[in-house]
Amino acid sequence: MMASHQVTMEKTSARKESSVWQGVEQGPEDPILGVTVAFNKDNHPDKVNLGVGAYRTEEGKPLVLDVVRRAEAAIVADRSVNKEYLPIIGLASFCKLSAQLILGADCPAIVEKRTTTVQCLSGTGSLRVGAEFIGKHYHQTIIYIPDPTWGNHNKIFPLGGVSVRKYRYYDPATRGLDFQGMMEDLHSAPSGAVVLLHACAHNPTGVDPTPEQWEQIRRLIRSKKQLPFFDSAYQGFASGSLDRDAAPVRSFAGDGGEMLIAQSYAKNLGLYGERVGALTFVCGSPDVAKRVESQLKLVIRPMYSNPPGHGARIVEAVLSDKQLFQDWTVELKGMADRIITMRHKLFDALKQKGTPGRWSHIVKQIGMFTFTGLNKDQVVFMTKEYHIYMTADGRISMAGLNSKNVHHLAEAIHAAVTRRS
Amino acid sequence: MAFSATAQRAALAQGFATSIPSADQPSKASFAAFSGFRPVALKKAALDLHSAKPARVSMQAVATKASAFESITQAPPDPILGVSEAFKADTSSDKLNLGVGAYRTEDIKPYVLDVVKKAEKLMLENGENKEYLPIEGLADFNKATVALLLGSDNKAVKDGRVATIQSLSGTGSLRLGAAFLARFYPGRTVFLSNPTWGNHKNIFADAGVEWKEYRYFNPATIGLDFEGMMADIEAAPNGSVIVLHGCAHNPTGIDPTPEQWSKIADLIEKKNHLPFFDVAYQGFASGSLDEDAASVRLFVERGFELLVAQSYSKNLGLYAERIGALNAVLPTADLATKVKSQLKRLARALYSNPPVHGARIVAYVVGNNDIFDEWKQEMAGMAGRIQAVRATLVEELKKRDTKGRDWSFITSQIGMFSFTGLKPAQVENMTKKWHVYMTKDGRISLAGLNKARAGYLADAMIDSFDNF
Repeated sequence: MMASHQVTMEKTSARKESSVWQGVEQGPEDPILGVTVAFNKDNHPDKVNLGVGAYRTEEGKPLVLDVVRRAEAAIVADRSVNKEYLPIIGLASFCKLSAQLILGADCPAIVEKRTTTVQCLSGTGSLRVGAEFIGKHYHQTIIYIPDPTWGNHNKIFPLGGVSVRKYRYYDPATRGLDFQGMMEDLHSAPSGAVVLLHACAHNPTGVDPTPEQWEQIRRLIRSKKQLPFFDSAYQGFASGSLDRDAAPVRSFAGDGGEMLIAQSYAKNLGLYGERVGALTFVCGSPDVAKRVESQLKLVIRPMYSNPPGHGARIVEAVLSDKQLFQDWTVELKGMADRIITMRHKLFDALKQKGTPGRWSHIVKQIGMFTFTGLNKDQVVFMTKEYHIYMTADGRISMAGLNSKNVHHLAEAIHAAVTRRS
Repeated sequence: MAFSATAQRAALAQGFATSIPSADQPSKASFAAFSGFRPVALKKAALDLHSAKPARVSMQAVATKASAFESITQAPPDPILGVSEAFKADTSSDKLNLGVGAYRTEDIKPYVLDVVKKAEKLMLENGENKEYLPIEGLADFNKATVALLLGSDNKAVKDGRVATIQSLSGTGSLRLGAAFLARFYPGRTVFLSNPTWGNHKNIFADAGVEWKEYRYFNPATIGLDFEGMMADIEAAPNGSVIVLHGCAHNPTGIDPTPEQWSKIADLIEKKNHLPFFDVAYQGFASGSLDEDAASVRLFVERGFELLVAQSYSKNLGLYAERIGALNAVLPTADLATKVKSQLKRLARALYSNPPVHGARIVAYVVGNNDIFDEWKQEMAGMAGRIQAVRATLVEELKKRDTKGRDWSFITSQIGMFSFTGLKPAQVENMTKKWHVYMTKDGRISLAGLNKARAGYLADAMIDSFDNF
């Protein structure tokens, strides 16, 4: 008895030391979300988080929209609402309303029943499901993404089975769009390739094509039979108008061609943590749309079975109730306007200080972010000396600024730009 | 050891991206055609779909346009979730939904637990915000979930050897684990019980992990084929991954005894296999959270490194909120840190960070002693109702059975499901003639039955067994 007990003991302790995961290395923190991790560790009273694109009020506090609170209170009190599994493709009414929101209810593709919309986990989830679908079913498993783009694009597509190539986008010299470079690269991209387009408020640059440029982009993509995949994470946030921000998407949807659209409600409805979004396919025919939908279920079921209900119900309530929808547009404009105000405040502060360099891009760029043009060393300096938290590519989230901290940021930028390296 | 999942996944994607416009060519996605991971390099279509025909200018109001997805075939409905869809479409007043494992009250109504309602009210009153959670999820939830699973004083947890990531219920936790295996434990085979929850196969396949089966169900005894199970686990190459149902095996309802669990652990240790527990019914099987976690705790106590997927869909009735966790128990805290960091990267590319609502509900329930006690009572109530319904069904079957068959398997099976032994033709009769909806493998969800309908179900079962 003793002997066998001893043998067991040895086996147990021998087991403890070895591991099948011995070779696993420490992965780096996510370049964007890791900024918040670092920010949280900092105890300095003047610290500012300009990392992740989450809206903050003038008081520097997270915001739950009033329409969301009202919708949520009603949902929680509603005895007819239960927690049964949603269908694999999500809440049907949510899907319908989401398609209408981005495409417009009178979009010919919707009228002709050539679309299918599936509820997914915010923008990321919509992109991943779309990527997996492309990887599985599309004849060209290559996607062209703008340079630069949201960092997570580079991770999502390859893991979904789609290889990534870049097209020129940002011109550091002008701090604007490298339109010629973009057109050249899309032109030399293979026929049928997938092309990722930021619907509005390009992340990280804040540089969007003009309507005229969008028209040229559309014609080129259609002539090359390329498949546009729109990432729409800021509808309503860019200009303050839901319809205006959807214009590029709608021009593509209106020309009869096919496309994919990933929508997120993280920013415009402040539903970040609820993970609610939608993936829409605009297809050549209703029959194709039906078959695509059936195949999307096969992608989703082994990933997470069906999407979370709470956020979708909130969105459904806001989009389907006239008063809530109207009130939402007002809150949305309020958020967009506050960001535009901060852009001007930062620009004015830098001008006042006489900070060397051109800073007009701060007020020209659109949406939540400003691509400052600061380099990695300058960013490191600003974090170390001024406790400014931002991504290494020089992107700052304007939503994290307010009247109290904008001068601290201006000081930090000034110091970074004028210091002798 | 740098392993390029990117290359493999891309290669996989290439291999399966057959868009050949032929009706004979089975799409990878077809359920019927797909029976496992086959790393066969299929030839990609050289055909450029768009050059097949010049674009027509259509004069019709609804134009039939050329589509890049023209060759996509209609996928069949999900074998489990599709049952509910078919049930909804049925207009018969006799219809009975015994398909998906979602709890129903004695009135056959969906059930939102009182503790869940309490938690949601509190969350509103406290004005909780909707900020992004960290990639690994809500810290309070992660603490609570691992304490529930392993016990609040668990040494592995105290030593920092457990990495926990909040995930999208059971499915999401399994998928995250599978993706991790594909990248960091490549070339290994995952062994699934035969039978198992259907979605297991697709989860591992879609993550690029090969699966095989080990014997589990013995139709002759309607019990566990323990010898077969042990033989197959023994025959598996050393270091294979073995998926084990922590309790209330789905679909059979047959669990190993404690003695059998011990022997399984011995064998897995000997073969250096990696256990991957699927715990979807903790608290639901016996009514006791601790009792239902015994198998997992045994393995952890014995020093195994292992993976555990948890779900709160059933035991907290949070089906729609997609709340669960993937736990990795490692030999050292250092490894746990590293594994967690890698799991985060995989999660970031799937959905960035998990949904907050369900996690908060769990944290509130577990974090408040009174509410926690109430939960335990509600859970015991749910498990109790199912046990009572099992007993009633057996009585009703005995009343009607002219052949003196042994129906005791229904009361000895554990959890939400009963594996009836009904064959596909018999199942079809159950649905067509009797409007009883169940999965083709003969599984019925007792959660969808009540005493009042037990007689009807017994009629249907006897008829199907006898006449088909």
